[in-house]
Amino acid sequence: MVEFCGWEMPVLYTSLSEEHKATRASAGLFDICHMGQVAVTGPGAEVFLQSITTNDVSRLKPGQMQYSTLPAPDGTLFDDIIVTRLVPTTDFLVVVNAANTDEDVAWMRQQAEKFEAEVEYRPAGMLALQGPASDKILTKLVGPGLDQVPYYHLVPAEIEGVNCLLSRSGYTGEDGFEICLPNDSTLKVWEALVAAGKPEGLVTVGLGARNTLRLEMGYALYGHEIDRTTNPLEAGLSWVVKLDKGPFVGRQSMVAVKGMGLKRQLVGFEMVDRAPARDGYKVVDASGKEIGYVTSGAPSPTLGKNIGMAYVPSGQAAMGTELLIQIRNQPAKARIVPRPFVPSRVKKNK
Amino acid sequence: MTVPADLKYTESHEWVRLQGKEATVGITAHAVQAIKDIVFLELPKAGASFEKMKPFGVIESVKAVFDLNAPLGGKVTAVNTPLQDNFADLQADPFGKGWMIKLEVGSTDTSHLMDATAYEKFCENEHH
Repeated sequence: MVEFCGWEMPVLYTSLSEEHKATRASAGLFDICHMGQVAVTGPGAEVFLQSITTNDVSRLKPGQMQYSTLPAPDGTLFDDIIVTRLVPTTDFLVVVNAANTDEDVAWMRQQAEKFEAEVEYRPAGMLALQGPASDKILTKLVGPGLDQVPYYHLVPAEIEGVNCLLSRSGYTGEDGFEICLPNDSTLKVWEALVAAGKPEGLVTVGLGARNTLRLEMGYALYGHEIDRTTNPLEAGLSWVVKLDKGPFVGRQSMVAVKGMGLKRQLVGFEMVDRAPARDGYKVVDASGKEIGYVTSGAPSPTLGKNIGMAYVPSGQAAMGTELLIQIRNQPAKARIVPRPFVPSRVKKNK
Repeated sequence: MTVPADLKYTESHEWVRLQGKEATVGITAHAVQAIKDIVFLELPKAGASFEKMKPFGVIESVKAVFDLNAPLGGKVTAVNTPLQDNFADLQADPFGKGWMIKLEVGSTDTSHLMDATAYEKFCENEHH
């Protein structure tokens, strides 16, 4: 067990590789109770969220979820988040990262003063069931009809008599579900999922494999690809930055950054030389000068290759470009490759 | 778990077998089991010299990088090079075929290392 942002969490239950591969082959069950669940309500909730997030909240239909970011006034990021419109349609659920929950909530409360909106942190449980067998396993507990829940949509559901919010979403690139539920019922639902999943090959998965699974998809992790020094454009998140939706926090800075052109960009790479590159290793030029850094790097259990993501100067961010990464006392060769590293198998709508 | 009685051990889970001035070095079965997903091993070249308890190489799991420390100081005379590309011997026979390097040691003083009994106790305590 390790302490992670004040939560006692296992890095692995059995073996990181086994947990990783089982999630891709059948199903993995993740305890993600550390994620912060924040309720935003009131007649001004939509306008408020529109003003503090980068994606376009007005596009959300009831039950629909949206990946977005929470920018600071300087255009860097406080967090990446998922915004869901609930019923009534003035109610929203915002899921934030564990490490940022306190700061996010404080920032949101402060900003909400100008709006008819309430921000309330609601400690609750959250589980993720991920992998190709997820649908079959969950159907055993909730009955038929999961095919009516499209990707990035959330519905109320009852599991083992517990009222939950169930969504088709996740952080692994596999089909799967995330379940928000009351803290005191989390263990009961966890055990029911383990029992229902066992015949299908379900394993319980720790933080270690959660990280390698998301890395294979090229998904950003706060504190690595994005933080208070990065803007979402260079992080490749321009698809969730709607500069034309109207004013929002950090918009001016992002418009300026876009106007000047990006100095650096996040790229995916695979190692050509043998050693794995790890988080924080330097990207260097031929003379050994630092020109960037690795944000996340690890061996990919699916590919059997060493992969990672790095910030590099925009002039050297083209696909196929060779990079040098300083590994201990020598530079090692890597090559820029497309992301995701492993094809996504999420059930995209239509 | 087997901990051979004729070897000396470090707190970072290396073992050393001293025969005269020649020291054979590897990592223990306990270490191999703890690392689990071994994905990378980097050993030094013959001729390199290392001070006692300083890193002579690295071993990596999917999750992390671990230094390999030289239990005794000396010059590398032999390297189990094939081990770097195939971890099977390391996993199956860490105290035998899974050896890593041989050193010609300066000092044969092993008073800073643990014997098998002490190492076994050390591993037990590490778990609690």
